[in-house]
Amino acid sequence: MINFDNVSKRYPGGHDGLSNVSFHIKPAEMVFLTGHSGAGKSTLLKLIGLLERATRGQVLVGGRNLTQLPNRKIPYHRREVGMIFQDHRLLNDRTVFDNVALPLVVAGMGHKEVGRRVRAALDKVGLLNKEKSAPITLSGGEQQRVGIARAVVSKPPLVLADEPTGNLDPALSKEIMTLFENFNQVGVTLLIATHDIELISRMNRRILTLDKGQLSHDGLKHTW
Amino acid sequence: MLKIWVLRHIQVSLASLGRLVRLPLSTLMTSAVIGIALALPTGMHVALDHLQAISGGWDGAATISLFLKQDVEAKAAERLTEKLQAKSNIAEVEFISREAALEEFRQLSGFGEALDALNSNPLPALLVIKPTTEQSDPLSTQQLIDELEQLSEADLVQLDMQWVRRFHALTEIAQRGVFVLASLLGLAVLLIIGNTIRLEIQNRHAEIEISKLIGATDAFIRRPFLYAGFWYGLFGGVIACLMVNLSILTLDDPVGQLASLYHSSFSLSIVDLQTVTVLLTGSSLLGLLGSWISVGRHLSTIEPS
Repeated sequence: MINFDNVSKRYPGGHDGLSNVSFHIKPAEMVFLTGHSGAGKSTLLKLIGLLERATRGQVLVGGRNLTQLPNRKIPYHRREVGMIFQDHRLLNDRTVFDNVALPLVVAGMGHKEVGRRVRAALDKVGLLNKEKSAPITLSGGEQQRVGIARAVVSKPPLVLADEPTGNLDPALSKEIMTLFENFNQVGVTLLIATHDIELISRMNRRILTLDKGQLSHDGLKHTW
Repeated sequence: MLKIWVLRHIQVSLASLGRLVRLPLSTLMTSAVIGIALALPTGMHVALDHLQAISGGWDGAATISLFLKQDVEAKAAERLTEKLQAKSNIAEVEFISREAALEEFRQLSGFGEALDALNSNPLPALLVIKPTTEQSDPLSTQQLIDELEQLSEADLVQLDMQWVRRFHALTEIAQRGVFVLASLLGLAVLLIIGNTIRLEIQNRHAEIEISKLIGATDAFIRRPFLYAGFWYGLFGGVIACLMVNLSILTLDDPVGQLASLYHSSFSLSIVDLQTVTVLLTGSSLLGLLGSWISVGRHLSTIEPS
């Protein structure tokens, strides 16, 4: 699903975001990405969502070579990748329903189908009764679940999450992780960046550890 | 597929309209500025139209006087009248016989007694010829005059060509002036709409960024702004139309009074359908173009991070 081959990212000004990173994630895997702040977790996710482009090396996602993907095809690539952010990135002037519907509207889906899918997604994250609320009136955990519903509503094969539990207490974080495991069970590939070691060490999943832009460990346990 | 596409466009255009309607004051102010900018050239165009209508209606201004030779009999003159009447480039021919001319002269000149002293009528018979409106430009008029001069009955053909020519030259300059003004103000409208859309893009920065993140194409993001520009242009055009019509209605009474002093029944008429169509189409297109330029410049600067 995701294939990094000697990927480096150097930002203008000479700062190295990633250097010589290689790994492979198979379809339907659930993988955690960890490391200190500034180790390159966000950079790695941005390369997959094409928010940034690699300076060297090759990034393959779902068989697409992102290094060669022209700019005009980026929107269609992003429709195949659900993205979840620490700060949720919701539109506060729209209802929960409209926020979750956005990826489907953008893809040009018909009105009825949109309603059906949005409700199904909200149901999965347990927010069906909040569809008419404004995101700002919801708690942090609920807002994050709206963000998750938006990321999965179009049923992308791959979901990326950047510190999805960063602002949540342990109980809520556990809930969110359970949600991710549910998606994984139906075949969604997940790559979750987090520094919540305690949480992920109990989940027995593959962990990629980054250190100063380099992949320092790849395995079931973390070491740093 | 096409149906969905059309439906989507209607939805987006109505959504843009709804967004503008929810902010009535700012929408009205922007549209009014556009309206004023468009009302100026439109008003001048309408004024010029009226001026040309007046000049066309001025009796005698574009008529040709054909003086017949003294020896042409009344019968022959009438036959000539009928012959000329049948010509395609002549709208009307009025025959004034020698007697009628004498009578008119007697009444208007005050030389009645002096005329009585003459034993014969010194005045020639006259044909007053009005060219059709399509043939009233200086060149066609000159051609008609040349033609009339060839007639064996003709003694003298007269037309105050100089006056007609000067008037045409003046209206031509005025028309160019209106065109230049319309171009400049059209440019102003482009800038106004471009700037309004730029602010709108800034206001919706977060929305654009998130839309790009979840896979919106540039065309999808551009669309609501283009429609907003279109609506601003259309509203501006409607306001311009209302302003010009309001001015016409305000001026109509005093103009009518002035005209009546000149024994004319001239009155102002509101903007005709053709001008309205051109105005509204033009203003909508200007709106679309203005927002297109602005969107092209500013949308690419917003990239998600």
